[in-house]
Amino acid sequence: MSLPDNAREALEAFNACAGWEQRARLLMQWGERLEPLPERHEADRVHGCESQVWLSGEQRDGHWHFRASSDARLIRGLLAVLLARVNGLNASELASLDISDWFAQLGLSRQLSPSRASGMNAVVQQMRRLIEAD
Amino acid sequence: MTLISPWRADFPGLRALDADGQTYLDSAATAQKPQALLDALLAYYTGGAANVHRAQHLPGERATRAFEATRDAAARWLNAASRDEIVFTRGATESLNLLAYGLEHVFEAGDEIVISAAEHHANLLPWQHLVARKSLKLVVLPLTPQGDIDPQQAAALIGPRTRLLALSQLSNVLGRWQDVQPLIRQARGQGALSVLDGAQAVVHGRQDVQALGCDFYVCSSHKLYGPDGVGLLYGRRDALQRLRHWQFGGEMVQQADYHASTLRPAPLGLEAGTPAVSGVIALGATLDYLGRLDAEAVAQHEAALHRLLLSGLHRYAGLRLLGEPHTALACFTVDGIHSGDLAHLLTEQGIAVRAGHHCAMPLLQRLGVNGAIRVSLGLYNDESDLRRFFTALDNALELLR
Repeated sequence: MSLPDNAREALEAFNACAGWEQRARLLMQWGERLEPLPERHEADRVHGCESQVWLSGEQRDGHWHFRASSDARLIRGLLAVLLARVNGLNASELASLDISDWFAQLGLSRQLSPSRASGMNAVVQQMRRLIEAD
Repeated sequence: MTLISPWRADFPGLRALDADGQTYLDSAATAQKPQALLDALLAYYTGGAANVHRAQHLPGERATRAFEATRDAAARWLNAASRDEIVFTRGATESLNLLAYGLEHVFEAGDEIVISAAEHHANLLPWQHLVARKSLKLVVLPLTPQGDIDPQQAAALIGPRTRLLALSQLSNVLGRWQDVQPLIRQARGQGALSVLDGAQAVVHGRQDVQALGCDFYVCSSHKLYGPDGVGLLYGRRDALQRLRHWQFGGEMVQQADYHASTLRPAPLGLEAGTPAVSGVIALGATLDYLGRLDAEAVAQHEAALHRLLLSGLHRYAGLRLLGEPHTALACFTVDGIHSGDLAHLLTEQGIAVRAGHHCAMPLLQRLGVNGAIRVSLGLYNDESDLRRFFTALDNALELLR
């Protein structure tokens, strides 16, 4: 499966990072690029995150498009690199996608840990529920 | 002079965390364990495990003796009048749930349960659900801006319908000692039972349940440097007798046929099934270790560390403490900065602090914050831990501002 352009860009940028400070700055920059959610609906709230996160998704011509939002800047960055990888994929591509591997490639694997710290796990689960419910 | 903990070397986990580049400042969540605990666990398992209170064989007798010795030690630790006033549970949470089920028959519709606004979910949810089961009313005592239960409002809210008062002695968010004795007396004057949640309090000074005058006292072993999976429920003899059995199974029964059974009284009647034998034995070893420390020296060390923590935090513009903590911990937010972001960057630098709602969502809502960072201390923490924390906080704030 070839990488979406955004994902390739993220991979190059994060792989060029030396140290946690650069990585944090980069995450915050990516967070600023996150397409804003027009409205935060309670139904879109992701439960299981210590920081508040909203996620909505829809299919356009067979391709999934997700939008997400958070008050925390680093979480916005994590959401941005997640969406960079998943947006534009169809349901079967999403089903076979290994998201842990994607975060590992970016040097962010700890963010998918089962402890709730960043809640990225809960975001990924909600994403899968949205796809299954469709 | 740099503040150094003379007890740090007794805790092998801290050595491992140091080697891993981790600074542990989350002891209010769970504490590191002394070597004495590890030795006791190893000795029990390598010496031959056995179940307690059942078998006549030698291993069973040995295990039972060691297990029951912890009941004596726990009774002494809390100054209970008798060893029979100590029930072993899985933790403070289970102790509180035991009370909420065991005392259910005491309540009639319209009766009131009084808690404070500072309660951990463990001392809120069991009562909240009991209130729903029995159509009771939950009364929440408000706090002053410092974090104390407002005494005037409490005096007005503890009344003739109050059947039970359940308070945390030391909040896991506010780090403030509550003046519980007058409230307990007031509740008793109304014929109400009193429950103290000592999960944090037992860690920061010896507690005396008789002096406190409470009917029930609960705490967890794992915060008190002991193993997890073990908790204590103290109940004054007459109060303990009011508890109905709540879990049924082995060991708690005297006689049984297929259709009926007679049950043991407390404490064994409240300890259905095989207990955490190794954990209880290891808690005994932990209490023995703690009992051998110079309590005054520990208290002074913790107080000095806490002063350093507070004075360090006060240097930051825009940093707000939640309440005015007396001991053990400090929770804070920084204006304009999301606590999740701060936590993320502290984690990146190997600082193990807690971020979020600290299992006290209603309290944080009332304080008007979504989340906060909590730094909490154990007797093994040093000034060097705080220095690393403050350096990391400087770096994080510089990045975020």
